[in-house]
Amino acid sequence: MRLRTNGRLVAKNRPVHFTFNGKRLQGYSGDTLASALLANDQLLVGRSFKYHRPRGLVAAGAEEPNALVELGRGDRQEPNARVTQVELFDGLAARSQNHWPSLEFDVGVINAKLSRFLPAGFYYKTFMQPQAFWKHVYEPIIRASAGLGRAPETGDDHTYEHFNVTVDVLVVGGGIAGLAAALAAGRAGARVLLVEQTSGWGGRAVVDRPSIEGISAQDWVNATLAELDAMPNVDVRLRCQGAGVFDHGYALAHERLTDHAPKQGGPRQRLWRIRAGRIVTATGAIERPLSFAYNDVPGVLLAAALRDYVVNFGVAVGERTVIVTNNDDAYRTAIALHDAGLDVPAVIDARTSAKGELPEQVRALGIKVLTNSGIASVDGGKRVTGVQVCAQDGEGTVTETIPCDCVAMSGGWSPVVHLWSHCGGKLVWDEPHAFFRPDADRPPLGADGEGFVIAVGTANGHLFTAEAIADGFSAGRKAAKVAGHTRKPGQAPMGDDVAEDALTPVWIMPAQAPYKLRSKMWLDYQNDVKVSDVQLAAQEGFQSVEHAKRYTTLGMATDQGKLSNINGLAVLSNALGEAIPRVGTTTFRPPYTPLPLAAITGVARDELFQPIRKTPVHAWHDAQGAEFEPVGQWRRPYAYPRGDETAHDAVTREVVNTRENVGLLDASTLGKLIVKGPDAGKFLDMMYTNMMSNLAVGKCRYGLMCSENGFLMDDGVVARMDDDTWLCHTTTGGADRILAHMEDWLQCEWWDWQVYVANVTEQYAQFAVVGPKARQLLQAIGGMALTKDDLPFMQWASGQIGGFDVRVFRISFSGELSYEIAVAAGQGAAFWDMLVKQGEAFGLMPYGTEALHVLRAEKGFIMIGDETDGTVIPQDLNLNWAISKKKDDFLGKRGQLRSHMVDPDRWKLVGLETVDGSVLADGAYAVAEGVNANGQRNTQGRVTSTYYSPTLKKGIAMGLVKHGPTRMGEVIAFTKEGGGFVDARIVDPVFYDKDGEKQNV
Amino acid sequence: MKRYSAFAIAREAFRQHSGWTRAWGQAEPKPRYDVIIVGAGGHGLATAYYLGKNFGITNVAVLEKGWLGGGNTGRNTTIIRSNYLQDPSAAIYEKARSLYEGLSQDLNYNVMFSPRGVMMLAQTQHEIRGYQRTVHANNLQGVTTEWISPARVKELCPIMNIDGPRYPVLGALWQARGGTARHDAVAWGYARACADMGMDIIQQCEVTGVTTEAGKVTGVNTTRGDIKCGKLGMVVAGHASVLAQKAGFQLPIESVALQALVSEPIKPCMDVVVMANTVHGYMSQSDKGEMVIGGGTDGYNNYTQRGSFHHIEETVRALVETFPIVGRLKMLRQWGGIVDVTGDRSPILSKTPVEGIFVNCGWGTGGFKAIPGSGWAMAELMAKGASPLTEEFSMNRFRHGKFIDESVAAGVAH
Repeated sequence: MRLRTNGRLVAKNRPVHFTFNGKRLQGYSGDTLASALLANDQLLVGRSFKYHRPRGLVAAGAEEPNALVELGRGDRQEPNARVTQVELFDGLAARSQNHWPSLEFDVGVINAKLSRFLPAGFYYKTFMQPQAFWKHVYEPIIRASAGLGRAPETGDDHTYEHFNVTVDVLVVGGGIAGLAAALAAGRAGARVLLVEQTSGWGGRAVVDRPSIEGISAQDWVNATLAELDAMPNVDVRLRCQGAGVFDHGYALAHERLTDHAPKQGGPRQRLWRIRAGRIVTATGAIERPLSFAYNDVPGVLLAAALRDYVVNFGVAVGERTVIVTNNDDAYRTAIALHDAGLDVPAVIDARTSAKGELPEQVRALGIKVLTNSGIASVDGGKRVTGVQVCAQDGEGTVTETIPCDCVAMSGGWSPVVHLWSHCGGKLVWDEPHAFFRPDADRPPLGADGEGFVIAVGTANGHLFTAEAIADGFSAGRKAAKVAGHTRKPGQAPMGDDVAEDALTPVWIMPAQAPYKLRSKMWLDYQNDVKVSDVQLAAQEGFQSVEHAKRYTTLGMATDQGKLSNINGLAVLSNALGEAIPRVGTTTFRPPYTPLPLAAITGVARDELFQPIRKTPVHAWHDAQGAEFEPVGQWRRPYAYPRGDETAHDAVTREVVNTRENVGLLDASTLGKLIVKGPDAGKFLDMMYTNMMSNLAVGKCRYGLMCSENGFLMDDGVVARMDDDTWLCHTTTGGADRILAHMEDWLQCEWWDWQVYVANVTEQYAQFAVVGPKARQLLQAIGGMALTKDDLPFMQWASGQIGGFDVRVFRISFSGELSYEIAVAAGQGAAFWDMLVKQGEAFGLMPYGTEALHVLRAEKGFIMIGDETDGTVIPQDLNLNWAISKKKDDFLGKRGQLRSHMVDPDRWKLVGLETVDGSVLADGAYAVAEGVNANGQRNTQGRVTSTYYSPTLKKGIAMGLVKHGPTRMGEVIAFTKEGGGFVDARIVDPVFYDKDGEKQNV
Repeated sequence: MKRYSAFAIAREAFRQHSGWTRAWGQAEPKPRYDVIIVGAGGHGLATAYYLGKNFGITNVAVLEKGWLGGGNTGRNTTIIRSNYLQDPSAAIYEKARSLYEGLSQDLNYNVMFSPRGVMMLAQTQHEIRGYQRTVHANNLQGVTTEWISPARVKELCPIMNIDGPRYPVLGALWQARGGTARHDAVAWGYARACADMGMDIIQQCEVTGVTTEAGKVTGVNTTRGDIKCGKLGMVVAGHASVLAQKAGFQLPIESVALQALVSEPIKPCMDVVVMANTVHGYMSQSDKGEMVIGGGTDGYNNYTQRGSFHHIEETVRALVETFPIVGRLKMLRQWGGIVDVTGDRSPILSKTPVEGIFVNCGWGTGGFKAIPGSGWAMAELMAKGASPLTEEFSMNRFRHGKFIDESVAAGVAH
């Protein structure tokens, strides 16, 4: 309900309309969805995961485990939005989740009635018979009742962006410690980024209102912010959460830009990828719930959260609030509620005495304080109606029933150590405060061996204003100093505190609670994990904290145990009779709160998913209606269908035309690596199996490149440019990989060799003019001399063709007379256009990658990736001629000498022709008699390439067959697609122009 | 052992579950065991289980330096498939897959094996040919797989965008009997069954040394004292080479961090497991509703169990591209594990230069799916000195060059 007192964040003159489950409701500008729901008495907001119990708000911030709703519709639908982190805007539509048919009446609540049959890990013990029932019966039911929100139905049309920044100091958290850290670092001159996850500065201080430097916390925050804003070296961001810390000072922050103002343009969210010299985590602390029976009934909230709602939003949960605590801090809630005109019938304090300043203030207000007391049980179903009071040190005998409609609980505080821990920062158990805090002696270490995360303020275990603010200031100064900024930042601000008495750790309430109560004490509200579940885990031997977590699902919900982990851990420790620090915590993993996958993706979606690499004639291919195939990040024309031709028809036409007239291939994607330097020849002799150092200037040589293990990894034509320069062609997919391979050897092994490698693939357009009329065409265009004598096969020359400066290579991957012509990339399109235009008279047609494959297969030329697969050595492909015997060494030489590599039983390259002329299936295996020791059918070979040959008008294939070259003419059986076998004859792999005359004319 | 069943739960429900006993005992090390297995992950526990079940060897200790199942067994994305290309791989993974089918009943522990089907998308012509080859190979290996059309892909996984602007889906390799299982339950189920046979599972017990005599193993030094043994099985994944060094030999293993992540849970929207190797991502939906997403390995060797965020970015991009609806979901948690990778990306199940020491490692990024088959084969190797399933996985293959390279067709992700 909305109080008459004003909340500090809401503007009552600016009403905002929204809906919840279709019901039209009103809040005010400045509300969160959480505060607006509470203002409308909508306490019930969801259902729990396992038992489908009614769930209300427990917290006011990122730690909220219960209040998850679905927002928006269609391409704006978002499941599992945490209402405490959703700022209200006009037209916001929220729906509750995980119930059927409605939030108020959920049949799934039957699980709660059956809860005694569904303890921790029950599913490991049942649903086993009969075997088929798991997939078909049990699992579908479990899946349907699990999950939370509905899956979105469409993609997301919002935009998301990434920022990359480098800063001296990243400060996470805009409470007073974080502000003080940013202030000190900023004054010292460091480049500072300060991020705060909520929409306001000041953290708890502006709610609890201590004084700082003699003024109110709010005034100090305002003044500090004004100073930070004026510093050019400091950047501050609200709605920006420090999400994760990674090695080497890398951090992520997630900024929500327009979630609160959907009508505003621009990206929805921004992911900051930050390199920070030091990361100061001023992430605050989270209040712990207390474990008493039925502590999950809507209306039971954290004490500080209740204060937040009253002070920030002028909203209360109930008229009569009972406070239950083990510390002094929760008394502030009693005072805040009292000040707001609400009834506080009692403060139930588990400690044997409560004599601090705050309890005395509360007593002075006329509020009853019951010490050594606890809550035996909460009354109410969908809302609290009262509490049963008992002695804390007893078994739960009820001494008194207090009617109330709200319970505020506080079990003490736990520092938020997530970011400290993400990258290996260690924790230490602080006995007096009963919490884990960062161990300053064991921070996450950066590349310099120093800790690069500094935890400050309450996140460092300093719960009081004075020490928190001083801690932040000193850390900011220290962090700036590391980056070389030593200007004096002045004195640390002075905070003022009310003294508090120590808390008494309370892990279950009452201390001697019997099973009946323990089985109703919730630890993890969302996942329905109770004290009895953790105790059962311990009883069954799940003693490691990781086992207990996984067995019970404690802390595995969408809040990742922010409220439940420490309480659960304490229960486990007690059950095992071990000290809490010995049991330890589970691992804190990024992100701090769930991070939208779209934000991680940023702009890299759809067309921008990966760069599309285009050759200079890509647009021409596109305009011709080419069918493209992805090859690496390139798109290459697969074929150029004309009219209503199928792709297959087009390939046939392109092959025939290239054999009969002249074809034109865009070979620009082939890798081109310049290898240059005094040691370049020596280097290439190591890289290739062939000798490259003795290649004469002006000549070309086909080369093979092997991995260290001897396997063929790439091939291509190498041309000697001048005395110390070679141009190495690689496969399309190989350019980047081979460059990296060369650099690897040059940088790691032969660092003293004088060799330079440059990838010039994209600097040249390269086209193959192929076919019997190729020379006629080029001569018709006019330019450099290209006769057999001027430019023989396997040579290259520079000159001009049609006025273009070109480099022409007499090489052939088709068996035809062929010129590969390179021009500067910028002239590629014009040169291509000229070839196409002039080629018309000679019947020139472009051909795509599939025709290229067929042409080479007809000639028995191997293709990397088809004939090779990382297990094939050149010798398998009868390429011994390309392996130098003169060289002492080359990469792969030793590998090729190993016993398995020289095994005479290795499968070797042959040609294959089906007896019936059909085309063998891609990837077909040749079967042999019998089965191996594991019952698998024996094989004796496989198909590596298979095509319909338009030239020979039948299916042709290449394959690797055991003893293949010695079995010419033999017929063996290959597998067929969909089963069965087909007979194929082993033949010479060169199907066309066996003597190689055509390419040499 | 008290059998688990719906009746047992009902009985316990009426006595406050006080009758459940420890799933596995809390054992103190004995002075000597016939067999010591180092490493209480899935592979180590399965090895112990089949030593007992198939060979009657039950004087066995399984030593674990941390908590059982706490390594890669508890960190993986739970995918089970056997659609491997090479014969030795297909044999051991298919053995594993078929054992998974009856594992819940065999162990009396519900490991939730769910044969929901695994598809590997082809998004280039090269992948089409590779996966078609795998189908031919699988059919001869007794592994049921098929090549399916894009339309069938869409039918099996309606949330997939098969017409993406960048890499349209051209078809897929489909193994209908592949699926997922609950990873922790596999470790716990084997541990409980081992303990039931009288084996000792000793956690918080780190092996600090290996003792030998005349080239033969005699025992181990541990943080809980020296323990003698007849045979020693090393099954410690990412730390295999560290342990091997203590026994005086080297392994061709590199250890790198492999990452994974889960989304927040949502209602069921995806029934199958999808792997997309061109764009580098794979995903399935857990019974809890989380989208379980596998990432890539880091480019440098380390033992941090963390990893670099840019790999997460790469994986997430791939999945948003393939399944546009997931852009609206949120990453709940990311984590890393240390995978032990061999030169050919295939495992080592082998005798070693030290008599009596056997090693099972190198499962790299794909070990979970192999657990029952690996344990079965390793047990046979340790009990009999040879197993047809491990024959080709000997560490000597690196000497002979007889690699088992799967990256050739099955893509990068295992």
